[in-house]
Amino acid sequence: MPNKDEHLDASGISRRGFLKGVGAASAATALLTGAQEMKEAAAQAAAPAEMGPGNVTIMLDVNGIQHKVEVEPRVTLLDALRNRLDLTGTKKVCDRGTCGACTCMVDGDLAYSCSMLAVEAVGRKITTIEGLGTPDKLSDIQKAFIEHDALQCGFCTPGFVMATTAFVKAHPNATLEEVRKGMGGNLCRCGTYAGITQVALGTPAYVKGGA
Amino acid sequence: MAKTAWPAPDRRKLIGSYTSRLDGPQKATGAAKYAFDINRPDMLYAKILQCPHGNCKVLEVDTKEAEAMKGVAAVLVEKDARSGALPEITFAGDTVATVAAVTEEIAYEALAKIKVKYEVKPPLMDDRNPANVSGRESKTATGDAVAGFAAADTTIEGYYGLACVTHCCLEAHGQVCEWRDGDLYVWPSTQNVSGYAGGVKDTAALPLEKIHVDCQYMGGGFGSKFAADAWGNIGVTLSKMTGKPVKLMLDRDQELKIAGNRPSSYAKVKVGVKKDGTITAWDSNCWGSGGQQRFSLRTLPYVFTGIPNQNTLANGVITNRGAQRAWRAPNHPQGCLITMAALEDAAAAIGMDSLEFFKKNLSLTDKADIYAEQLDIAAEMIGYKQKAHLRGDKTPGPIKKGIGMSMHTWGGKGHPSQCSVTINPDGSVVAQLGSQDLGTGTRTAITMVVAETLGIPMDKVRTELGKNSYPASGASGGSTTIGGVSASSRDASTKALNVLLDKVAASLGVPKDNLEAWDGKIQEVGNPAKSVAWEKACSMMGMMPITQQGSNPPGDLTELTTDGVGGVQMAEVSVDIETGVVRMENYAVVQDVGLIIDMKTAESQLFGAMVMGVTYALYEEAIYDNKTGAMLNSDMEFYRLAGLGDIGNFKVHFMTDEKYQSRGVIGLGEPPVISPGAAISNAVANAIGVRVSELPLTPDRVLAALNQGGVA
Repeated sequence: MPNKDEHLDASGISRRGFLKGVGAASAATALLTGAQEMKEAAAQAAAPAEMGPGNVTIMLDVNGIQHKVEVEPRVTLLDALRNRLDLTGTKKVCDRGTCGACTCMVDGDLAYSCSMLAVEAVGRKITTIEGLGTPDKLSDIQKAFIEHDALQCGFCTPGFVMATTAFVKAHPNATLEEVRKGMGGNLCRCGTYAGITQVALGTPAYVKGGA
Repeated sequence: MAKTAWPAPDRRKLIGSYTSRLDGPQKATGAAKYAFDINRPDMLYAKILQCPHGNCKVLEVDTKEAEAMKGVAAVLVEKDARSGALPEITFAGDTVATVAAVTEEIAYEALAKIKVKYEVKPPLMDDRNPANVSGRESKTATGDAVAGFAAADTTIEGYYGLACVTHCCLEAHGQVCEWRDGDLYVWPSTQNVSGYAGGVKDTAALPLEKIHVDCQYMGGGFGSKFAADAWGNIGVTLSKMTGKPVKLMLDRDQELKIAGNRPSSYAKVKVGVKKDGTITAWDSNCWGSGGQQRFSLRTLPYVFTGIPNQNTLANGVITNRGAQRAWRAPNHPQGCLITMAALEDAAAAIGMDSLEFFKKNLSLTDKADIYAEQLDIAAEMIGYKQKAHLRGDKTPGPIKKGIGMSMHTWGGKGHPSQCSVTINPDGSVVAQLGSQDLGTGTRTAITMVVAETLGIPMDKVRTELGKNSYPASGASGGSTTIGGVSASSRDASTKALNVLLDKVAASLGVPKDNLEAWDGKIQEVGNPAKSVAWEKACSMMGMMPITQQGSNPPGDLTELTTDGVGGVQMAEVSVDIETGVVRMENYAVVQDVGLIIDMKTAESQLFGAMVMGVTYALYEEAIYDNKTGAMLNSDMEFYRLAGLGDIGNFKVHFMTDEKYQSRGVIGLGEPPVISPGAAISNAVANAIGVRVSELPLTPDRVLAALNQGGVA
């Protein structure tokens, strides 16, 4: 049973309890073989076994800049970005790894920042939407989102831009079927999928009337 | 002298073009600041303690431990507005208390320390049971239904329904409030910039001129974000109590529970039909629930309003859910599903092709010519001739394909709107209006209209909206925005241009009535040889800019915006009769909508409506526990939205002939979202040979229907 003063999320797992578990899990590192698993295990091993409940000072490498951040260990990477660093391009929507609005890159891989603690991101390279381009200096994918009108209200857009950027890099000549399978980790309510599909396919110009 | 009427087709450079939205760069880079993104110095985070019960009285709220927590700035306990006592709560998820703290995490922790005692009462949740209706019924009768059914060769009796769905805006409802020097500043996520302040003025106890509203970007509304709401007033109070800015955005589960629902609707329908497809009579008994708000569906029969010999009865069930909110085309998707499904069942009963049946009965609609044209276009787009079959795909194997269709209508007349346009002596132009861009492209369309009117490129025009200090413009709902803002901005820019023409006329030696703005110049009509460049013309005004106000007046239709559109949609689906899974294959959307300002963002509206339509047709349903009144799927795993891979291929087509465009600008947000439920339900029935009575068409419902018959 967690202490009653610990914050419980809806799953009944306290984030502090989870952290304790992480410490134990690092003992199993030797059994892991995949590169990504090794990376994760290294990050876990680097973190102290137990932190908090008060603030801890951590360094976060976001878009190539080192930020000193004071957070409680239970703070998600998403909330640290938005509330501590004012990097609000990363959006909070479902807050439990379903919708993809909070998608960032961590060490080059896509990650739902709502489902990762800020302290887990220490020592890793975080790229947010602000790191891909600016209104004056758009990335090619951002330009393509605008060309294909792959955005309406725009709230899911940063997450989709992150996901599409990674998808196109991994699948430069994707088929429609690959796009439909590979771009399933993000959700949009306005219904901008037609445009996003064209972006992910690498279609150069807007397709009038749909494809 | 420039005229306010829309320019002739050959005098349009921007209107009707495919133009990318102007705020795309801000949105695609994360630079756009939504209400959720406003961070103010020393800002507090507010979180709401939700009531878990659908029906209860709050007896006691002990906030001592929460208030004692380090980092907690204020705890506000909800009271009955009239009596000041602890409240009776009538839907789960409603607010019991709110905490403002220095971090979100501390606010959540404080919520867990608030102790509440409830007197729990049984909630009424079952809206599918017609015995639960509240008793305020609405009845209509035309002709002689008894004689109508007697004249029929076949009478079908069907049951059809749509569950309650929520709005699920990706940006949750909420706002940031800040008091500064006696004034209140609010950054809300709202569809109603000009009207928002009225919703918090009593709580703020301020005159409206001291309440400053700013909403530059908003993450979806769909009809659920017109009011300041309870949380707006809580935010104002907490900010006042603490003297600090307060951010209060709903959590996702609360957003799904109480920040918007579309009323459920269920109906028993009888349709009398002759062998040749003539409809002789209609009888419907419809009920549904708008939650805590009275509701009865009065859109039956839909589109085919001219069916002779009708009896309709509509009633509502008051359930322990939050009050209904307008959901994109209120009451139309429900009326459409029930009507189009019943009529398609009638066609199937007499063994008639659906397209032939609908076409035969178009005289019962008020847009027979338009629908006829649209049905042919949609049929061509989806390959109806090659693919169509009578009900029940008889090909072997578990995957059955089918095509279904539906028709819809909507008003869409522009709302009252005012706009001011300033032409500066350096040729730059600013348009201001208290409107909002929900993602529909409002900002872009206004800029196109002003630039077109002044004959200059769009980058010379800056459109400012989203503040209540700008000229008032209507709330964005009911597809009224584009008609309103395009008319007011056309009017204002035409007036400003005429002042400029007045100043330029003498130096050009052309009477002002014979001048026009075209191609970056002020010129004699049709004669570029006698012209002056835009910047030069503007410099002739001296030091003072020209500012003119224009409007789309309330009341009668004007030459700039009219109403009443029709649309046809056809869906092709495949259904796996072993698993009950429905997959979208192809979808055709045909829509008339008057004069289109921006073709690109307009097409996006159709695509978007289609996706939202697939979502409510196949996946969306707010599921409530009948015992506690709690919503059981208030998250985005189990309240499912369609993903990119769920929508199939779709094509859209606008009716852009001059006969349509000459009607003026008409709104587009609602019309295309009306038909998908009906078209997809009809396609599934066509595929599997039996009607799945209720939306969403989930595998369990499909399999249950197949157990009753069909091709399985």
